[in-house]
Amino acid sequence: MTRKQLSQYIAFSSFTIISLVVVGILFVILGFIIVRGASVISWEFITGMPEEGMTKGGILPAIVGTGCLILGSMIFAFPVGVLSGIYMNEYLSDNWFRRFIDFMTNNLAGVPSIVFGLFGMALFVNYLGFGDSIIAGSMTLGLLTLPVIIRTTEEALKSVDDSLRTGSLALGATKLQTIRKVVLPVAFPNIITGLILSIGRVSGETAPILFTVAAYFLPNLPHSIYDQVMALPYHLYVLATSGTNMEESRPMAYGTAFVLIVIVLLMNLLANFLRKALGKRVKM
Amino acid sequence: MIQAEAKNVNFYYGDFHALKDISMTFEPSSVTALIGPSGCGKSTFLRLFNRMNELIGNTRLEGLVTVDGKNIYDKDVQVDEIRKRIGMVFQKPNPFPKSIFENVAYGLRVNGINKKSILDEVVESSLKKAALWEEVKDNLKKSAMALSGGQQQRLCIARALAVEPHLLLMDEPASALDPISTAKVEDLIFELKKQYTIIIVTHNLQQAGRISDYTGFFYLGSLIEHDKTQKMFLNPADERTQSYITGRFG
Repeated sequence: MTRKQLSQYIAFSSFTIISLVVVGILFVILGFIIVRGASVISWEFITGMPEEGMTKGGILPAIVGTGCLILGSMIFAFPVGVLSGIYMNEYLSDNWFRRFIDFMTNNLAGVPSIVFGLFGMALFVNYLGFGDSIIAGSMTLGLLTLPVIIRTTEEALKSVDDSLRTGSLALGATKLQTIRKVVLPVAFPNIITGLILSIGRVSGETAPILFTVAAYFLPNLPHSIYDQVMALPYHLYVLATSGTNMEESRPMAYGTAFVLIVIVLLMNLLANFLRKALGKRVKM
Repeated sequence: MIQAEAKNVNFYYGDFHALKDISMTFEPSSVTALIGPSGCGKSTFLRLFNRMNELIGNTRLEGLVTVDGKNIYDKDVQVDEIRKRIGMVFQKPNPFPKSIFENVAYGLRVNGINKKSILDEVVESSLKKAALWEEVKDNLKKSAMALSGGQQQRLCIARALAVEPHLLLMDEPASALDPISTAKVEDLIFELKKQYTIIIVTHNLQQAGRISDYTGFFYLGSLIEHDKTQKMFLNPADERTQSYITGRFG
């Protein structure tokens, strides 16, 4: 073996080993949760209310709560994020203003989620007077995911070939018609992917909902957007750290983690599926 | 009669003086080829006629550009109205990721024409004019992306013809195509000039010789010579034209 081949061999072997380690860690985590959590999963666990100091019963309110928060945050963040992304990529020319917004968007994405939580509490809960509520939590989570959605939208639009835009404009289409009829249909599958990945993030965040919506224990379902709810990640935190009987509630914690992971996994699968299905429709 | 005209046109990209005092007229039902080395300004000049240069920021135009006697840079002129009347075919085929039918119908749809009977008729006649009808008539619902490069380019020509343009601009329409497709596109241009005024930018001198009635030679942002193609190729007045045509630079 020559020196060149040897270094080639070493390089590739180390890449392989490192990626296997990464994948391995992921599988260990998943396996751990599944083994511990699966035994708790039952119809009653998924559809029941927590009972006896959260050591028995189910986690339905937390599942419903997380569902409400996902839905609420997306209703708020998706239109705002996608429209900002379109504005930034299609309308703003590359000047200091756009670079400034880009810079701020990136910074926003880097802000720790607990800071969003505090901000949400100050603005939505106190100043706007929503109280601890689904609407306050949803908007806080929405703010958190905005940068992701804006970014994905921008990237998706950037990947649309400019020749399609000029082709459309040359036929006398207005800019808005061009965006609506040519650019967006091509970019849409990738935008949807961004949306769903951000749902994955929303469903797992604890800090932003801590002061804005999450209830420690609330064994009934919400009736309006001004109600508090339980949420899966916060419920998990409660079960693991501050339950009334932590030894007893431990299996419940693993079960909750299991459900949370399944939700995120399903979301990612859905993202993949939609991207492929919509992508096929665009290419036809 | 004059279909289109540029009068004392100067054009700037920022500080760069890209077109220098160019005046040129185009007769109806003629093909004018614009030739010259890369960066000589011929594509910039072509794009003046449907105001595509405006898509790039920080440009400035002096002089007059008219189509059908109307200054297309007048303040009261809507840019999308202008572009409807002036078709453009690009270097790289750029069909939309839609069906063949929808590609051709696009120009009509953005004008608010959605009536099925009109669309059917225009799509058919445009595809026939672009010599593509026979190849695609049974697959109009098929994606345009599935066509070959040459077919795609003819589809783009059909798309441009569907809005019944007064002027057809072509920016190296055959440079990305194989020889057989190129021949087809050239035949097509020959056919189209019966009805349309065509301005075509090309790097291919043989092509300019084969298909054009007039040729304009651009060099460093100036129009060096503009004459009947035959005269230009056989007996150019300017030494620089002579050098370019005989391949001494370019």
